[in-house]
Amino acid sequence: MSGKPAGAPLKAKEYKSEVKPVWCPGCGHFAVLSAATKALAYLGLPQQDVAMISGIGCSSRLPAYVSVYGFHGVHGRALAVASGLKAARPDLTVLVAGGDGDGFSIGGNHFLHACRRNMDMTYIVMDNEVYGMTKGQASPTTSPDWAESKLTPHGPGVPSFNPAAIALASGATFIARGFTGKPNDLAKLLVDAIQHPGFSFVQALSPCTTFRPDQNEWKKIVRPFEQQATDDPVEAAKRIHADDGMSTGLLYQTRIPVWQPERDVRVQTDQLELGFQV
Amino acid sequence: MLKQIEGSQAVAQAVALSRPEVISAYPITPQTHIVEDLGLMVKSGELSPCEFLLVESEFGALSACIGSSAAGARSYTATSSQGMLFMMEAVYNASGMGLPIVMTVGNRAIGAPINIWNDWSDSMSARDAGWIQLFVETNQEAVDVHIQAFRLAEELSMPVMVCMDGFILTHSYSQVDIPSQELVDSYLPPFQPRQVLDPLAPVSMGAMVGPEAFTEVRYLAHHKQRLALKLITEHADEFGRLTGRDSGGLLKEYDCAGKETVIVTMGSVIGTMKEVLAEMRAEGHSIGALTVRSFRPFPIEALQEALKDAKRVIVFEKSLAVGMGGILANDIRMATRGLHLTVHSVIGGLGGRPITRTNLRRMFEKGLNDQLNRIHFHDMRMDIVNRELDREKAQRRSGSAAENILSDVGLVAAAKTI
Ligand SMILES: Cc1ncc(C[n+]2csc(CCOP(=O)(O)OP(=O)(O)O)c2C)c(N)n1
Ligand code: SF4
Ligand SMILES: [Mg+2]
Repeated sequence: MSGKPAGAPLKAKEYKSEVKPVWCPGCGHFAVLSAATKALAYLGLPQQDVAMISGIGCSSRLPAYVSVYGFHGVHGRALAVASGLKAARPDLTVLVAGGDGDGFSIGGNHFLHACRRNMDMTYIVMDNEVYGMTKGQASPTTSPDWAESKLTPHGPGVPSFNPAAIALASGATFIARGFTGKPNDLAKLLVDAIQHPGFSFVQALSPCTTFRPDQNEWKKIVRPFEQQATDDPVEAAKRIHADDGMSTGLLYQTRIPVWQPERDVRVQTDQLELGFQV
Repeated sequence: MLKQIEGSQAVAQAVALSRPEVISAYPITPQTHIVEDLGLMVKSGELSPCEFLLVESEFGALSACIGSSAAGARSYTATSSQGMLFMMEAVYNASGMGLPIVMTVGNRAIGAPINIWNDWSDSMSARDAGWIQLFVETNQEAVDVHIQAFRLAEELSMPVMVCMDGFILTHSYSQVDIPSQELVDSYLPPFQPRQVLDPLAPVSMGAMVGPEAFTEVRYLAHHKQRLALKLITEHADEFGRLTGRDSGGLLKEYDCAGKETVIVTMGSVIGTMKEVLAEMRAEGHSIGALTVRSFRPFPIEALQEALKDAKRVIVFEKSLAVGMGGILANDIRMATRGLHLTVHSVIGGLGGRPITRTNLRRMFEKGLNDQLNRIHFHDMRMDIVNRELDREKAQRRSGSAAENILSDVGLVAAAKTI
């Protein structure tokens, strides 16, 4: 990995890798890339202390575009892989990125348990309410009447998945929603999420220009939450259910004991580090 | 009716003509177009009554088919690659329970490293799972074999996979004759389940079977697959009488009778091979080919007969049993036991590596000159492999092999943008 000598702060663009994104023009995921690199620069995190894990999807390409450790796994398993990584290297800042398909359909089970395990990591779901990579099928967050996908002949017809409600019910300790149309706000949320001790869940509303041109309207309806974040789960649940899913900002934050490894594996990895050129 | 259509669309029409009652799927390249076309037909009412369920994973898709098939509904799904692996527990479940589900596999490589292109690793990973596996050469054959597959599955009460090369077939356009609904109805009777959820005769499926009966249950599955060999031939013959086409069955011979050297393969690659072989025969070489159409059950007796005069068999396959060699080749060795011939195993086309007339011809010539090893990797760059081996020898932290090799071939940027 290239990088400045330890200690020298990096600019946001220095956290971008040399690989040019292959996303469609106007894709919301660009703004997540920019928000994530801004957050890393703001926090001054050395590249070698950050790992970004993903599954499969347009969104899951993110690690290739960020110049930190990257891991591109199989569809739906990002959180499980990240848990193993965190167990072996609790000292690393772990970011997990992916889409609504990767995280809520095929990988939905891991989402529940990652929230509950409360490992110190940040999970960014780039939610475009569609499977972008496989060319436009309904995902768990797609509204029941969206009938554009050939795989849901009459629209999904079932209530959509409410990520914030599920994160709350599963025990997540930091729940926020951002919008790629407001990349600076999103970057701030990511800073808070990374600093939060425990499992942080950030849903980034990230329009798919190609398969969901209707999401162009989002910029007109997205607005900040009216209230400050709460640490009361009952209050948080009320707010989630009263909301249409388009309010952004930090919704809920609480502090409970964070998952800790039983032994300090760091000692051994220090040994491994000897002779390894970063 | 003759139509110029995409392979996936042709398969979707064949499945629709077979009147499935439940279709469940999760999208994955290169399977997606098949199920999308079916979805559209359900939407337009062209395919009715049929319930189309988009579920949250392939595991969910095949499990839904298990449920619907157990309830007596003709059930269909399709997948590829990672999707096949992800549903694997349900794959064994479906066959273990004897549920006649039909599934298309748009054959694609499996990762890591991730690769969306064609080889047979996905369906090969399920070759011992108790499903019938039929490979097709063309999109016409894909259409015909899907219709046969429903009949076969239901008569035997056993699930059937139709394996077609991803992209090469699923995404290519060709002239395909789509049979009429009357023809299909006359060939494929309504589904009469062997076991069904019936409130008047309640049963519980999925019993725990201990050592006292497990062997017998497993043997029965094997025995039924062996019996299926006969049925597969009969069904193909009957279909042939209705359509005038030679689709399905156990094997297809391409001028291999009496030839000294016989190429054995499966799927679409024979299309390119045929031309090269014809050319070589015209030059006086004694060389022919055959394709295995029914990979499971494996047609041992038919192969014995077809290869009885051969001196040299070159098995070409797009699959690899890591640590062993060719999978089809090993099966061919087993089937030709007692015949006086040498079997060469050639592994090629992995992850979509192009198989061309030129590289095939080079390999066939090597075969004719006795220059092929027992296991030969077709069109592989040994210099690239050696570079990585050297790196691993020189350095403990040599890094990830796939990324290293990509940068050696100068494609590192492309690799990061899969
Ligand atoms: C086991 C498995 N099934 C299916 C796929 C095909 N597939 C790749 S990405 C994807 C969905 C991506 O949607 P999402 O996670 O929302 O990401 P987006 O492309 O919308 O950013 C699917 C179904 C796969 N790679 N692996
Ligand atoms: S298909 Fe959609 S999600 Fe994927 S890159 Fe294009 S705009 Fe973005
Ligand atoms: Mg998505």
